[in-house]
Amino acid sequence: MDAAVRELSYAQAIQEAMAIAMDMDERVFLMGEDIGVYGGAFQVTGDLVERYGTDRVIDTPISELGGAGVAVGAAVTGMRPIFEFQFSDFATLGMEQIVNQAAKMRFMLGGEVSVPVVMRFPAGSGTGAAAQHSQSLEAWLGHVPGLKVIQPATPHDAKGMLLAAVADPDPVMIFEHKLLYKMKGHVPEGHYIVPIGKAEIRREGRDLTIVATSIMVQKALEAAAALEGEGIDIEVVDLRTIRPIDRQTIIDSVKKTSRLLCVYEAVKTLGIGAEVSALVAESEAFDYLDAPIVRLGGAETPIPYNPDLEKATVPQVPDIIAAARDLVKGVR
Amino acid sequence: MAGASKAVVDSRANLPFVYRQYSPEQLRQVLHKMYLIRRFEEGAEECYMRGLIHGTMHLSIGQEASAMGICMPLAEDDQITSTHRGHGHCIAKGAEVSRMFAEFFGKTTGYCKGRGGSMHIADVAKGNLGANGIVAGGIPIAVGAALSSKRMKTGKVVVSFFGDGANNEGAFHEALNMAAIWKLPVIFVCENNGYGMSTSTARSTAVKNIAERAAAYSMPGVIVNGNIFSEVAEASFKAVERARAGEGPTLIESKTYRHRGHSKSDRNRYRTKEEIEDWMANRDPITLFETELRDFGFIDDQGIQAIRDAVAKEIADGIEFAKASPAPEIATLENYVYTEHA
Ligand SMILES: Cc1ncc(C[n+]2csc(CCOP(=O)(O)OP(=O)(O)O)c2C)c(N)n1
Ligand SMILES: [Mg+2]
Repeated sequence: MDAAVRELSYAQAIQEAMAIAMDMDERVFLMGEDIGVYGGAFQVTGDLVERYGTDRVIDTPISELGGAGVAVGAAVTGMRPIFEFQFSDFATLGMEQIVNQAAKMRFMLGGEVSVPVVMRFPAGSGTGAAAQHSQSLEAWLGHVPGLKVIQPATPHDAKGMLLAAVADPDPVMIFEHKLLYKMKGHVPEGHYIVPIGKAEIRREGRDLTIVATSIMVQKALEAAAALEGEGIDIEVVDLRTIRPIDRQTIIDSVKKTSRLLCVYEAVKTLGIGAEVSALVAESEAFDYLDAPIVRLGGAETPIPYNPDLEKATVPQVPDIIAAARDLVKGVR
Repeated sequence: MAGASKAVVDSRANLPFVYRQYSPEQLRQVLHKMYLIRRFEEGAEECYMRGLIHGTMHLSIGQEASAMGICMPLAEDDQITSTHRGHGHCIAKGAEVSRMFAEFFGKTTGYCKGRGGSMHIADVAKGNLGANGIVAGGIPIAVGAALSSKRMKTGKVVVSFFGDGANNEGAFHEALNMAAIWKLPVIFVCENNGYGMSTSTARSTAVKNIAERAAAYSMPGVIVNGNIFSEVAEASFKAVERARAGEGPTLIESKTYRHRGHSKSDRNRYRTKEEIEDWMANRDPITLFETELRDFGFIDDQGIQAIRDAVAKEIADGIEFAKASPAPEIATLENYVYTEHA
């Protein structure tokens, strides 16, 4: 690898983005539980409190509803808060301020205000933290007009999309899979933006489109690499933003490959896969389909504690390989 | 100890409350259980380090007198709601360590059949409605259980354990208010160990003592030294009497300390080594209680050794049971999500 290519972990990339945002704009500050001297539950804020002080890296009491609301209030009145939920599961406690206030305030006031708040949600399973600390709730927020909801899948995008979120005049919800925090990848220095609302083709292919989100992008790429040897050529689309969704990239890809597999960690039914499938079925890509659309998502259960059950709850690489192979071979 | 007990009874009049209220055998049982909690958590910690248990865990080492003191006056069918730091509550309410270990090992013989793990440990048959992964999540549930008790006239008292950090959640305030307006048989027990994760109560909480919150909801607010078993048990006894008499809720603040980090990923950057060592050396609740028992003539060194040996065996047996138990079948993945109909 080129020695000039700098690598950072996903967590470090987010931290760097927050530091750049604070350097560039006095109005940017961080709020959350244990983000100061503790460095955040996943060490994402790390030593930022030492560099920016307790006025800009604020430990809140354990008060998610109030904390989220304070961030919304500060955003409406000229500040640029980045609010960290310690786990995405605790969004459920802040839901009132996110859904009823942040998402709707601009609309209800006829465009007189905007709500430039950023909220970060460590999400997903795989850490043995059981049912109340492992959920993938992004589709809940994706259902709310007024919010933008993103799921960066690489360190590069984690930084660039956070900077895009801070610059965005509307509320942006960032879901970060906990198992990605340690993932390393190329992260350019300095300020750059990865646009919200634009999917990315991670790998080009002819036989099948996999639309994946977050950590499932990595798993889909592994599956695609494994199937190469069998002569199956897979295109992997990293959705990146679930609201507003990038319809065109998906439609164009399916028109090219004629097959669609959606892979996501959240509970399968009523989720992102349903939206992606429906938008393809409603589009001109429908006529190009050579096989039924397939969704691979989480089982219809809360996340169990037992590690084998936990793994079985969400799609794994062998599941993706099997589904992709069946689709291309016409078994389904 | 039969010979000693007459002398004990004669001299009890000047001793703290629990020594008058409970028999020497009962009090030796308390010491036994305090050791059981300590060794259970040490055993769980060791299994975790050796990779036998996954996830994370929150140890209550240093807080054993609080769990035991609060549960002392509870009857078997009284109920509790517990927290992420709930192993002590679970054992104090009567759980078997073998089935707790089995849960931590993710086995079907565990209290939650391997679905819950440490953070959701429960023993519904013994009245423990469960630990909770959500700070303050159990507090309104306890109020609901107390409402059931009142409506169904079961006479049950409900205890809600929570930490100092929980007192800044809306659920805490809403729950206390409802318990007060409906005079429900519930006891709110704040185990104040000085920190919610890394945030000290001084930095998180507007009042100096969390017991002061009681004034806002017109209920008694009591502060006890949570490391002194007799103090905790006496306060709990009074609160239980009040609840059973239909006079409503009490808020007890039990001031204590956790010796270990918040969870398995804590670097203890927010408190000093001296502070931790001071609590461990000078205010260990087991040492304090054991010394009192010995000084008052309720137990001798031989008796203490017998307890330690018995506990060591229970722990070793419990771990063996857990290891030997079956893991859940993958085919049962979606069980227990809804109630099964025959
Ligand atoms: C609603 C919610 N917010 C945050 C957390 C993360 N968290 C778990 S325990 C904890 C600290 C709790 O402190 P305290 O109530 O004092 O209990 P202690 O850990 O000291 O026993 C935090 C912040 C959580 N589990 N639930
Ligand atoms: Mg605490």
